[in-house]
Amino acid sequence: MTKATKKRGKNRLERNDRLVRLALLVVAFSAISILLVITIFIIGQGTPIMFKYGLKSFLAGGEWYPSEKLFGLWPMIVGSLYVTLGAMALGVPFGLACAIVLTEFSSKRVRRVIKPVVELLAGIPSVVYGFMGVIILVPFIRETLGGPGLSVLAASIILGVMILPTIISISVDSLQAIPPSYREGSIALGATKWQTVKMVLLPAARSGIIASIILGMGRAIGETMAVIMIAGNAASVPHSILDPVRTLTSNIALEMGYAAGEHRQALFATGVILFIIIMILNTIANVTASRMKGMKR
Amino acid sequence: MTRLRFARILLALAVILFPACRGGRSQTDMTLAGSTSIQPFADKWAEVFMEKRPGMGVNVQGGGSSAGIQACKSGACQIGMSSRELKGDEKDLFEIVVARDGLAVIVHPSNPVRGVKLADVKQIFSGDLRNWKLLGGKDREMTVVTREEGSGTRGAFQELVMGKTRIYRGAITEDSNGTVREIVAHDPYSIGFISLGLVNEQVRALVLDGASANEEHIRDGSYKLVRPFLFVSLGEPAGLAKEFVDFVLSAEGQALVKKEGLITVK
Repeated sequence: MTKATKKRGKNRLERNDRLVRLALLVVAFSAISILLVITIFIIGQGTPIMFKYGLKSFLAGGEWYPSEKLFGLWPMIVGSLYVTLGAMALGVPFGLACAIVLTEFSSKRVRRVIKPVVELLAGIPSVVYGFMGVIILVPFIRETLGGPGLSVLAASIILGVMILPTIISISVDSLQAIPPSYREGSIALGATKWQTVKMVLLPAARSGIIASIILGMGRAIGETMAVIMIAGNAASVPHSILDPVRTLTSNIALEMGYAAGEHRQALFATGVILFIIIMILNTIANVTASRMKGMKR
Repeated sequence: MTRLRFARILLALAVILFPACRGGRSQTDMTLAGSTSIQPFADKWAEVFMEKRPGMGVNVQGGGSSAGIQACKSGACQIGMSSRELKGDEKDLFEIVVARDGLAVIVHPSNPVRGVKLADVKQIFSGDLRNWKLLGGKDREMTVVTREEGSGTRGAFQELVMGKTRIYRGAITEDSNGTVREIVAHDPYSIGFISLGLVNEQVRALVLDGASANEEHIRDGSYKLVRPFLFVSLGEPAGLAKEFVDFVLSAEGQALVKKEGLITVK
């Protein structure tokens, strides 16, 4: 091989390298730019109508009658919060209890079986959860507690189950990340196992657990299909947990089929509000997660 | 080598995409768009029409009455389908009534209430009448089921029953005839409204003002909840669109939808 061909080969390698780098850059930026385009589009479509009818009437108005140009999103905002809080009230205690049992009170073999099973739960499509809710939960609530069955309660229970895997697996990870010396020290000082969990481990894993709860909350607030099927979708503020409720996501999915003109824009405005709520939650999750990382070091 | 493969992929893509790009405006293709209530019947018409006229393509799309009318105005489709009367500036369009559809107010089959006055239906859906006892039923609160804003069926119900009165906010809202029927079929205390053609043995249509919901009473005018199924177009339809409309209005076309529970125009 002559010197010249060697040099040419090297040049070609360099060129390929540059090409690959360029290609990867384009791909990476396309992901970001898609996100950017979506954001700009939603805001561009949604905000003009919010300012046209006034931010206050949009956020605090109780009446959603798009055909009469009444776009009050208050019932849906409250609805989303109720359903999400209900899901938290059910999902957090159960999820946390499960995580504690898995890390502290069960053998490695049990954990090796249960944890993947729990994570499999996250892979079940939401429409299946919704279907189960309609077939089993809704008639049960209607017959035992009264009301239409399609209710805040039904939606909360289903969402509570849906967020379990998120809460359990992240909580387990953060409990396992605690250095063994914490446990050993506590036991050496004479604390029982439960005292160790309560006084040492939970506080130490606090930020990881909070992150898991917030991620679960994000899933609950963003869930659409299952909620449409079991929440009843009435656009009014529910007075009891047996009343039907409409969330922000269901408001969009329910009406987008036929919406035109300002009605369509109002649905985009619903999306803007949802976007803001989820962005706030994500920011909180990121901050707590980074704090958790800092602690581990 | 790589360049050759790239060219081949490009060629394959072009072959796949090419048929999708052409047509649309040609003489052998037409598009209908609009009301999802009419869509299943239009699909039926299109299917039989294309069997009789091989080589012709009739493409049926949904989107809702308003969207269909807009699409027709802008020329995006040759025929728009509307399951409500035209209003305002939509009236410039050429309209043809292709069938009529009754609206049934449905309850659970076990409900002892057989018939009500139309005025009662209005009060039920405005949220003023909440207990079945007041109509001779059990002492149980009603579960009122309605359709979502923008739906043609809701629009027709609003116009025919409610007038200026609003459907109350606490009503359960579902986004299709099928789900409304499903809920009413399983909740003994519920009431809802769906297209007459979709009533089956799972639910029972109420007698309104003494007239049961059937073709005879719709024809003699005693059953009031009827809406037109309209085809609209920019000016009188011509060419393929005219052929299709003629087929729809022919005895054969009308027989097709009569079988499905619609009321024929003649």
